[in-house]
Amino acid sequence: MPLPSVFFLAGFVTLFGFLLLFVASKIGEVVRDRVKSETYECGLPVEEKVDTKISIKFYLTAILFIIFDIEIIFLYPWAVSLKEFLAQGLGWYSLIGVGIFLLIFIFGLWWEIKSKALDWE
Amino acid sequence: MGADFLEVSLNALKLIFFFLMMVQMVPLLVWLERRGAGFIQDRLGPNRVGPFGLTQLLADAVKFLMKEEFIPQKAVKFLFYGAPIFALIPASLALCAIPFGPKFEIPAFSFWGRHWGPYEFILQGYEVGVGIVFILAAASLAVYSILMAGWGSGNKYSLLGAIRASSQIISYELALGLTIVAVVLIYGTFSLNEMVTLQRGPLSFEFFGKMVTIDFLPNWGIFYQPIGAFLFLAASFAESNRLPFDLPEGEAELVAGFHTEYGGFKMNLFFIGEYGHMIVASALLITFYFGGYELPFLTSQELLAIYQEAFGVGLTSSLLNALTHFAVFMFKIFIVLWIFIHVRWTLPRFRYDQLMELGWKTMLPWALGNLLLTALIYVASKTY
Repeated sequence: MPLPSVFFLAGFVTLFGFLLLFVASKIGEVVRDRVKSETYECGLPVEEKVDTKISIKFYLTAILFIIFDIEIIFLYPWAVSLKEFLAQGLGWYSLIGVGIFLLIFIFGLWWEIKSKALDWE
Repeated sequence: MGADFLEVSLNALKLIFFFLMMVQMVPLLVWLERRGAGFIQDRLGPNRVGPFGLTQLLADAVKFLMKEEFIPQKAVKFLFYGAPIFALIPASLALCAIPFGPKFEIPAFSFWGRHWGPYEFILQGYEVGVGIVFILAAASLAVYSILMAGWGSGNKYSLLGAIRASSQIISYELALGLTIVAVVLIYGTFSLNEMVTLQRGPLSFEFFGKMVTIDFLPNWGIFYQPIGAFLFLAASFAESNRLPFDLPEGEAELVAGFHTEYGGFKMNLFFIGEYGHMIVASALLITFYFGGYELPFLTSQELLAIYQEAFGVGLTSSLLNALTHFAVFMFKIFIVLWIFIHVRWTLPRFRYDQLMELGWKTMLPWALGNLLLTALIYVASKTY
């Protein structure tokens, strides 16, 4: 397993970014005043809160993504082992099996489009 | 990471080299982008600092470094500073899992009264058995850095931009994932190295029990997956937030998206992350569909044999072989990156509902159809 390499790289990258930000924060001249550190709002005083209202569609998209992504992840082992199925003469068996699975996938997608879950105004 | 001291340190140096290569490609790409944009729009672009304006980005980096350190009042400190640092990690983790060239060997030698080697190195940060799955997993971590930036800035424009960006990225990941399933299906492996090996030589495949060989075409994935290659390219535009899919930065609506409150070097780190994603996407496109680091009509073993005839068997020839293929891979990557840049200055931006509709209602069904068609033809041609 290349796990030590992955951790080493992640650690190095974090250190690199941290050092750059640290050096940059020390070099630049800092002039503080009250108005400057206000939240950016086209020159007006900030009225709305940070946790502004967000369309429910984003949450719906996230939920649908999880469902579909898990279905796609189930296809990976099938795709990589199709060769072995073919070698044993079970190609069509394997394809029909995954076809039934994909029918559920397609039905889900069709249902979402029909129930307007994917429509944005 | 390795067996003994030399191997461990060389592997560590290799990882750092790949990361710094990614960082160093960013100024070059920004220069290419500005200069290219200039020529596309019939003007000159940056041409004052250095030859062809090449050192413009060096000057910019110094300017970034001299900028004032700034944090808005309402920002969450940990998230605000953590986001740009975290933005570097996914792209560099993914880039190091992509093979940049064939193996090279260091024969056994003795030094300091000890025997070292023989060693075998790959021009790749680390070889992961599940290759492509690891890259998908690492690259999709990018959403976290965007959300950290959006929430940590304490600004509603940042938050809206971040939510738009993450929603767009996850939507296009479905189409991307499905096209990769079709790629895995035709190669029958997750390992990127094996995919490159399978694309050697002239185009030849088994079709209904007959071997078909077409001599004037290389055995590249694009001839098996033309629809898949196009879908992959389009989805990777959306994944790396490039035009025509750069809705998160729609400046007319959202100021500058999730990095509204960022400036100076923090902004620069986001840039490196974003361009890193472009580099990863184009490297993957090359590996899947355009033969990876292999030359079209000369496999790496044949080239190695030529070098061995000229320089003898040993370190020189295998190192030269590896470096040649590295250069070939970089050349191919730059062609794809130029497509990225050219598209940015050619196509207008989508509207948000059009973007989501394209992702869910057009690209997802097309990717699904591509997968089904591939599987049907594959099984039928191998069975009869």
